[in-house]
Amino acid sequence: MKNKETLIEKMHWLTFGPISIYEPWCKGCGICVEFCPKDVLILGEDGKLVVRDVHSCTECGLCEIRCPDFAIVIEE
Amino acid sequence: MGRLLKYLRLDKFPTVWCAGCGVGIVMGCIIRVVDKLKVNPDKVVIVSGIGCSGRMPGYLDFNTLHTTHGRALVFATGLKLAKPSLEIIVVMGDGDALAIGGNHLIHAARRNVNLTSIIINNWIYGMTGGQYSPATPRGAFATTAPYGNLEPPFEVPELVRGSGASYVARGTVYHTRQLDRLIERGMRKEGFGLVEVLSPCPVGFGRRNQMKSAIAMMRWQKDRAVSLKRASKMNEEELKDKIITGVLFEREAPEYTQEYERLMSRVKTRKEIGKREIQTGLGEIHEE
Repeated sequence: MKNKETLIEKMHWLTFGPISIYEPWCKGCGICVEFCPKDVLILGEDGKLVVRDVHSCTECGLCEIRCPDFAIVIEE
Repeated sequence: MGRLLKYLRLDKFPTVWCAGCGVGIVMGCIIRVVDKLKVNPDKVVIVSGIGCSGRMPGYLDFNTLHTTHGRALVFATGLKLAKPSLEIIVVMGDGDALAIGGNHLIHAARRNVNLTSIIINNWIYGMTGGQYSPATPRGAFATTAPYGNLEPPFEVPELVRGSGASYVARGTVYHTRQLDRLIERGMRKEGFGLVEVLSPCPVGFGRRNQMKSAIAMMRWQKDRAVSLKRASKMNEEELKDKIITGVLFEREAPEYTQEYERLMSRVKTRKEIGKREIQTGLGEIHEE
């Protein structure tokens, strides 16, 4: 689907090392923050996800698979 | 960016679900399993009924069917019989599958149609405002049970097992990797497979039951869920208030679409040679 490729290109993902966040989809439920084994993530002032300490990230991917809104991607 | 994004209808996002709703997590499991099994996306069909879970087909870029309340399994059975090569995943909620669709659930399991069905059990009718469902635990509060629910809930795996299913499993959205494996095994299995998924509804259920956030509800899942393997080493007292997860039941049984095709070819051959043979469970009757 060509249309989809252009849509993906147009999305502005914020990338911090292995972690990429797509803020417009984050609803601030905090599941990723609570269950991150290394406390890499926090919720920012606007209630949305922020990367606190990218260096502690072990790329376990738990935040990605538990995010109900597909707002986090861990790139291997 | 994100190799799984290709399975989503991106223009429909963000989803309609409340913050922390578990339906999105289950949706992620489905696309990971489809990706892992390398199923052709054009051969995958997602069928749903009505409710929060019913919105899932809108976001997935497979063949999708959003059907009437409780009837997802009926549409899926017809679809499977018409095109047995399709990989059909049926997504239902607890109200959808157990109340209005309860009859269809037991009969789809009895026929043992090769479908993978997922009941996203959030213990409540979330979309319509928090009425109690046949899965709401006894004593829990709901808008229609302001003094606590009087009715005991269905034990879903037992119900579906007793109805004749080939595969019955239970998982939680907290144990996401396990859930991936349970859904994968259900898709590989010939015959009717059911995965019951415990999923948080912080707005419809949690707020009324001392669990105000999805985090609290997932912590509850973390504390209460015990794998079948671990449960086998625990005594009755330890298992009180626990929820057993994993592959709870599996068996080999004749699958409906295959049996149907076999019957069709048998009847066709008999017609050709001018004989009629009716095979019943009581033995064979031959007529000239």
